[in-house]
Amino acid sequence: MTNTDLLVKDLVHQHGKKRNSLMAVLQGVVKEERFLSEDALIAVAREFDLSAADVYGTASFYTFLDTIPRGKNIIRVCKTITCHMKGKDEVLLALENMLKVKAGETTHDRKFTLLTANCLGWCHKGPVMLVNDEVYPELTPQKAIEIIEEYSRH
Amino acid sequence: MEKVLKKVDIIFENGDDYNPMAILENELSRPGDEIILDLIDSGLKGRGGAGFLTGLKWKFTRNEDNDVKYVICNADEGEPGTFKDREILDTVPEKVLVGMAICSHAIGAKEGYIYLRGEYNFLLKKLQHKIDEFNRAIEERGMDFKIYLRSGSGAYVCGEESALFESMEGYRGEPRNKPPYPTVSGYNNKPTVINNVETLVYVTMISKLGPEKFKELGTKDSRGSKVFSVSGDTPIPGIYELELGMLLGQFVDEFADGDAKAVQVGGASGNCVPRKKFADTIIGFEGIPTGGSMMIFNSTRSMYNVLHDYLEFFTEESCGQCTPCRVGCQQLLKGIEAVKRGEKPPAYLDDLKKLTATMKIAAKCGLGQSVSNPFNSIVDNFREEIIY
Repeated sequence: MTNTDLLVKDLVHQHGKKRNSLMAVLQGVVKEERFLSEDALIAVAREFDLSAADVYGTASFYTFLDTIPRGKNIIRVCKTITCHMKGKDEVLLALENMLKVKAGETTHDRKFTLLTANCLGWCHKGPVMLVNDEVYPELTPQKAIEIIEEYSRH
Repeated sequence: MEKVLKKVDIIFENGDDYNPMAILENELSRPGDEIILDLIDSGLKGRGGAGFLTGLKWKFTRNEDNDVKYVICNADEGEPGTFKDREILDTVPEKVLVGMAICSHAIGAKEGYIYLRGEYNFLLKKLQHKIDEFNRAIEERGMDFKIYLRSGSGAYVCGEESALFESMEGYRGEPRNKPPYPTVSGYNNKPTVINNVETLVYVTMISKLGPEKFKELGTKDSRGSKVFSVSGDTPIPGIYELELGMLLGQFVDEFADGDAKAVQVGGASGNCVPRKKFADTIIGFEGIPTGGSMMIFNSTRSMYNVLHDYLEFFTEESCGQCTPCRVGCQQLLKGIEAVKRGEKPPAYLDDLKKLTATMKIAAKCGLGQSVSNPFNSIVDNFREEIIY
């Protein structure tokens, strides 16, 4: 059995086999493996006795349930209006230059994926980014770079 | 009679006489229908934006003959400009939990859920801890009710109540046809009360203050106070609890930077009010209702960019299930881009307005139906900025 299979079995054991638990199991896989691989989707489908297409169809609906490989740390820069007004373009550009990727891409060392997000709920303290589940409000390009440098040390 | 802008401190108040468990104790000693009558009497309308009378929602659910009922706290606020529920859950979570427990007692539910949007996962641990404590406390008291925490995965449309149920049941978060309404058939197709975070907090505070005290605030159509999230061109962005029924002009005097040319009332799906209408626009159900979001734009902002951002947001967040919304949002976005580039004549904007009229009638849920609000209000009031 692969590690992914074991992880899925463990999550299903934790949350239950009913369809109501599907999101929690998918979220659990993403937390551990950063994305839902084909193997993971098939393993989940098997455990829930669903078709893999059904599981994929559900997962692909949600922005946070990635179905393509992601880096160890996922950066999401809020792109909606008030963050836009407060300079999210400059922040995003600084991060793109630093990581040498465009928004939507993953760095070669697989340490970072840089994404944009639709409203993170910090409109009064924009621009803002999420790194994994951590929030960093009131960014400047310099501040954003320092935060990501901190992550790249680990 | 002109209302004055009045700051209030109900929700975030933490005085000596405030004890959430004591409020709950008191409500548990009263019959459920009495609590509901008080809530109806208070005039509290849902604080998510649609503004349905909260007590009535509870009454419908209570009247359903079913052994299994649910209370759900909708903490999936994803509307650009809105961030009040995050603040409430972060600072006064126990007031939300007490509101849910009062509801469970009033309607006869044994399970409650908080559906927290994925973007707020940083709150999960703290909130789970609060919930565990609360569950223990009410179990010791002999109350047969338990609250669970569920987390979303980054889909704006899941704030729509039936899409939220679908998501909780493990499906794509696509809105259901209505009726039946959640009060009849909600989560797991059982009668469900779904209220947003702020509504549940007000339930707790109305229980404490009594309906009369709450009714003193606001106007006939818009009772009470409400939490506003203020952002954009303002020197003091943040969260403020204000009495309902104020004039937008008073709000602008207090919060804007002196150069406001428009305020987007009610988030991206709300209406954009231009300067010339500030003085006679009432913030409340008799004027412009709002979930609480106020985005201020000053004269340095291009309203084309504002509308473009909103339309991009809706295009990406449309669940894609119904054609009016899926195709409509994309066409509106492409449409204003084409007008801007001069590929379409200015009159094309009127064709696009007809499209929003169709979307308003034909889209399945509030997402597609409400795109017409920002579109029409910005196109009508800032037409030249869209064209040139």
